[in-house]
Amino acid sequence: MKLTGAEILCESLTKLGVRHIFGYPGGAILPVYDALGKSKLHHILVRHEQGATHMADGYARASGGVGVAMATSGPGATNMVTGIATAMLDSSPVVCITGQVSSKLLGSDAFQEIDITGITMPITKHNVVVSRAEDIARTVREAFVIANSGRPGPVLVDITKDAQQASCEFNWDASTPQLPPKRQRINYDQAEFERAVDLLNNAKRPLILAGHGIMVSGAMRVFDNFVHAGNLPVAMTLLGIGCFPANDPLNLGMMGMHGEAWVNHAIQEADLLIAVGMRFDDRVTGDLRTYAKEARKIHIEIDRSEINKNVKVDSALIGDAREVLEQLLPRLEHRERGDWLGHIRELKGDSAVRDIQGLPDNGHLYAAHVINDLWKETRGEAIVVTDVGQHQMWEAQYYHHNQPRTLVTSGGLGTMGFALPAAIGAKFAKPESDVWVVVGDGGFQMTMCELATIVQEKIKINIAIINNGFLGMVRQWQEFFYDKRYVATPLVAPDFAALANAFGIRGERITSRTEVIPTIRSARESSESVLIDFRVEQEDSVYPMVPAGGSLHEMIRRPDSPLVETATEP
Amino acid sequence: MQTLVAYVENKAGVLNRVASLARRLAINIDSLTVGPTENEEIARMTIVAHTDEKGAHRLEASLEKLVDVLLAENISERSLLERDLALIKVSADQQSRPHLMELIKVFRARVIDVAPESLILEVSGTVDKIDGLLEVLRPFGVLEMARTGRIAMTRGSDLLRPPEAPPKIADTQPASAAQ
Repeated sequence: MKLTGAEILCESLTKLGVRHIFGYPGGAILPVYDALGKSKLHHILVRHEQGATHMADGYARASGGVGVAMATSGPGATNMVTGIATAMLDSSPVVCITGQVSSKLLGSDAFQEIDITGITMPITKHNVVVSRAEDIARTVREAFVIANSGRPGPVLVDITKDAQQASCEFNWDASTPQLPPKRQRINYDQAEFERAVDLLNNAKRPLILAGHGIMVSGAMRVFDNFVHAGNLPVAMTLLGIGCFPANDPLNLGMMGMHGEAWVNHAIQEADLLIAVGMRFDDRVTGDLRTYAKEARKIHIEIDRSEINKNVKVDSALIGDAREVLEQLLPRLEHRERGDWLGHIRELKGDSAVRDIQGLPDNGHLYAAHVINDLWKETRGEAIVVTDVGQHQMWEAQYYHHNQPRTLVTSGGLGTMGFALPAAIGAKFAKPESDVWVVVGDGGFQMTMCELATIVQEKIKINIAIINNGFLGMVRQWQEFFYDKRYVATPLVAPDFAALANAFGIRGERITSRTEVIPTIRSARESSESVLIDFRVEQEDSVYPMVPAGGSLHEMIRRPDSPLVETATEP
Repeated sequence: MQTLVAYVENKAGVLNRVASLARRLAINIDSLTVGPTENEEIARMTIVAHTDEKGAHRLEASLEKLVDVLLAENISERSLLERDLALIKVSADQQSRPHLMELIKVFRARVIDVAPESLILEVSGTVDKIDGLLEVLRPFGVLEMARTGRIAMTRGSDLLRPPEAPPKIADTQPASAAQ
């Protein structure tokens, strides 16, 4: 059967099981759009190509599969760059398909021609230009394999217009992926494994550092068994949140710059760290010279290049987290650890009193209140998609996730503007889920054009804007480290509720604590999307805070004046 | 200085990926040579980089993450042979020529072109040897030089072959099918 390259692309995507494509048309991708119209694929028209990549990313993160974004050549492709980098830094499997000028025009600075494979080389796991219709099916299949195998990441496929238009024989069975043969390395030898077992069973004060890799490898069940078999306390990275239930007594919460104080102290006092699917990011370790000096380290990690990159480890078990944990589990011995767990409980008790003192309503609305109430109202079961900044950290602290893939957030790149489009992607991946955007007034204004996408697609998403009139996290740094010189952080915003109305979305504005729960409740009951503008305290800060490059145990703590009242059970 | 060998797909853009990676890791490449192997689909690179063992490990592991890199290995600590080849155009008049010929003999270089005012020498060997020759030629007037950069190979039974058997690859399921 002869098909055009564009038809082959749509046919291949369909055969791969793709149902949704987030994209924006243009000249160099028009043949594909023409074929899309005749296919069963659902195309979601975005308002900016950056949104398309974030949607595909959110789709991938919420589902565990590959998300697909599409754009035309030139500016369409360059607009994708931020979204691709976001996916790269957080190991998210996204396949981006871009149109390219005809192959005979390549290199001639033709209209809307740009070397997008050159531009995206350092921010993709792989990218490729396809200039023959015959190569499209195989290349797309390879892109999917690369994107979602090993340590996942984005793959960009740039297809020239003549390849889209040319016709050739379409033979799916003959176009199997043909990736170059890779050297098979021995991930670790028996001695390395025995060393890890030895460290595990002889540790007095062990602590697990649980990362995103647990989710990626689908290791949640074996991880849970592992934790309980060894009676091992667990600290989470930001992207690890959800891979182990927050309501498990062994889950201590988040580590790092804005991690819980007791978690950071536990890391500094531990005699063994078991890092699983995490990469010792600087936001997690603080000053490497003082990081976990007491601890030996075991690193379970699929990416060999992460071993000894930031932190020198004593045993490196390179491989898929699930497979490694399955191997370790039978050798792990149970220990009571009364002293160690008791000590952490004491640290926690102290912090709880310090940071979240009970306080009657003092007329102020704090972001932590809003997020804590959102957690209670949704019983911790919503998919929460956050942006970047203070609200993101408060979400991580006060929304307790028990299920994997229910927190979608940009960690590594820290991309403002991520939340709204990523939530749209998450909603398409999990249409039955209650999806909440938690976003600041700064980040929201970066990609708020995607409200129109929500309306056009008639999907139901709830949007909570944590509006403090500042670029809050930057303001906080200015407060702490630049003598409160608030340069370029006070932020004028439109009336978000009125703006929502203009898009055809219900908008609410909340200024007092008593309105929070009723409004969240009514938003959840509504069948249509609702935007809530929470006018919160302007100059609140996220505590505790490890200053950048500071030691993990030297945190700036919340001043004594009690500000936030939260509950610990929904 | 660290020496790495990499087998890569012999196709457009691969050199760029390798060089771009070194740039991203802020590793300065001293020399990079690439040429086809006995299998024309596979090219072999010798990369000599200004970095320490830790940097070389990162470079090696990161190189192997590239789809088009079949194998990358730091061979700095292994027993190996390194060769560099240089073409050197040196001033040579009637007076200096006999003296030059003496030096050429000592360094086992070859004269491959003779002109009234100059000679072109070909010399291969270790970097030190070529540097040494260059040093003694300098007083005569080095007019032009081209060097290949190092190629390296481990000795004896220490084989560094490209991987062969292509793995069977199954399609990866996208989001909708993965649920």
